[in-house]
Amino acid sequence: MPLSRREFLHLAAASGLGVVVLGASRPAPASSNAAGTTGMGVLIDIARCIGCRSCEAACKAYHGFPAGESDDLGPQAWTYVKVAPLTTPKPHLNLGADGASRRSIKVQCMHCADPACASACPVAALRKAPQGPVTYDPGRCLGCRYCMVACPFQVPRFEWHKALPEIRKCNMCAERQAAGKIPACVEACPMEALQFGPRDHLLAEAARRIAGDRARYVPAIYGAEEAGGTSILYVSDVPFEELGFPAVVREPLPAFTWRALGKIPGLVVALGATLTVVEAIVRRRMAVQGEEGARR
Amino acid sequence: MRMPRLRMRRSGVALWLLVLGGAAAALARYIWGLGAVTNLSDRFPWGLWIGFDVMSGVALAAGGFTIAATVHIFKLERYHGLLRPAALTGFLGYLLVIAALLIDLGRPWNIWHPLVMWNSHSVMFEVAWCVMLYTLVLALEFGQVVLHRLRLWTLLRITRLALPPLVIAGVLLSTLHQSSLGSLFLIAPGKLHPLWYTPWLPALFFISAVAVGLSVVTLEAILAARAFRHPLELRQLVDLSRATIVVLSLYLGMKVIDLAVRGVWPHVLASGVEDAMFLIELGAGVALPLVLLSLNHFSRSPTGLAVTSALVVGGVVLNRLNVAITGMLAGSRAAYVPAWTEVLITLAIVAGGLLVYRWIMEHLPIMDPHAAPEGPAARWSASP
Repeated sequence: MPLSRREFLHLAAASGLGVVVLGASRPAPASSNAAGTTGMGVLIDIARCIGCRSCEAACKAYHGFPAGESDDLGPQAWTYVKVAPLTTPKPHLNLGADGASRRSIKVQCMHCADPACASACPVAALRKAPQGPVTYDPGRCLGCRYCMVACPFQVPRFEWHKALPEIRKCNMCAERQAAGKIPACVEACPMEALQFGPRDHLLAEAARRIAGDRARYVPAIYGAEEAGGTSILYVSDVPFEELGFPAVVREPLPAFTWRALGKIPGLVVALGATLTVVEAIVRRRMAVQGEEGARR
Repeated sequence: MRMPRLRMRRSGVALWLLVLGGAAAALARYIWGLGAVTNLSDRFPWGLWIGFDVMSGVALAAGGFTIAATVHIFKLERYHGLLRPAALTGFLGYLLVIAALLIDLGRPWNIWHPLVMWNSHSVMFEVAWCVMLYTLVLALEFGQVVLHRLRLWTLLRITRLALPPLVIAGVLLSTLHQSSLGSLFLIAPGKLHPLWYTPWLPALFFISAVAVGLSVVTLEAILAARAFRHPLELRQLVDLSRATIVVLSLYLGMKVIDLAVRGVWPHVLASGVEDAMFLIELGAGVALPLVLLSLNHFSRSPTGLAVTSALVVGGVVLNRLNVAITGMLAGSRAAYVPAWTEVLITLAIVAGGLLVYRWIMEHLPIMDPHAAPEGPAARWSASP
């Protein structure tokens, strides 16, 4: 989230004008909520997913990563399929009793509307594109790994065993999208468990699916509000907590640090003025005392 | 006279061995990556180096701005003698932090990028600017000592005029920097344990930094007087410890109120690792020194002051380690114990700092700021 010209002017003006402007809390980074709702996203239907891992294979093939099944995200595994065993078996939509004991969950970057990683990055190496993807520019990155600390979904990966490491994560196939194509994983799904489209359409589709089969789907869309909303959305026939989805605050995470950061210009002006005045007063008083001492 | 010199030399050898060992480990890190020498992982990307070398290091360097503000802004001239040691600790501390960052950053060749690539929504951006600007301020403040040593009196007199604004800038930057290290963790409400996660984190970091800054200056004055056989101006340190009591009480009060307001008291009495660490931090690092400092006979002896200062230092270091490591483990669903090479590099950075400190103490007029141009005059009053 680089500083836009307008925001910069606003900030500069506020720091010049002092405390009054900043006392009133500025809104959380206004930049990208709109981008998240208008941009593209992916709807993942856990009820439909049969765990074939075609998406994972397509991702690796497209990005030139070594083939094979991963059991976690990695520098060369931008998505993988996690198997979550169920405590109480529930027949699977497509596999029936065969798939009752577990669910398969495709895991990747959630592409938040207002990403913690992008707000955390000191040099704006991570950015939310208006089209939806959160992308990474290694040319800017200094490897501080604050993005990894900030991400509530623990997505960004670091190349721990490289001399010239980078942060690595799913980019929602931004370059394919730019060429008018859909993400490789979505293209590969044989079960229509993955659907690519404008996020607001996907939200409507998710609601439609839940409403259409209330007996099966849990009445929740993971990603609708998590961390302020994400471009990746999940619907499921098993409660998300049971599948191990992290419980994430509803408020966009950048707002938490902005509440402190937004006070800085006011603090600088107020403290700077106070110290200057105190220094001047004390100096003057000492000078007066010195004169009086001399007179006596 | 011979014995101490010999001991010095032997400790010097040990320090140099640590520095060499750390350099070898750092070399391995640059060749094979951070994974070769650390136990850091994707779920736990920050460890000992951020918790101790950077976060504790910055806090311990806070004596620089507290003493500078006391003398140059509030004009409490009786603390003048502490100015140079404090500026030295601050400057050296920040240089060590930068050294640690050059090892910890994954892509250190881009360390200058925040200068030209801005993201004002990032706390790390603020941290980066504070480190750069305040190191510059400390260099200019410390440059006074060098000018003194080089006997450039005219230049010294001219630059002295720039000191008050420079000191004010230093206080501002330190306030921002100390607090921003706490703000860093505000973005991780789901990861940092509720004992430490509070919107007050920036304020608590700042206040504890002031307390530990005073304690480091006190401890340093006592140890340096012993090691370099300078007379100790005890009354000054006793007065300073009164300020420490005030700041430390404020810190304790804020912590207690914060726990009460957020209703996390039950956590304190639970039996997890976090709760134990929190109790040690607050008990041994804040409450105990407060009690000891209010015992009159104890807080008026060099040993008593050294012990309480050491406790405060330990408490603040533990607080930073708890925020960066202990409190983050469970929420990150991670396990982390620093690798021996991480510990070695940390020790090497501390050892390097001690070697530079000793060299500067022996070659620059740190302990005697009132020295006349002709040479060091004996203006140090003996302890009362």
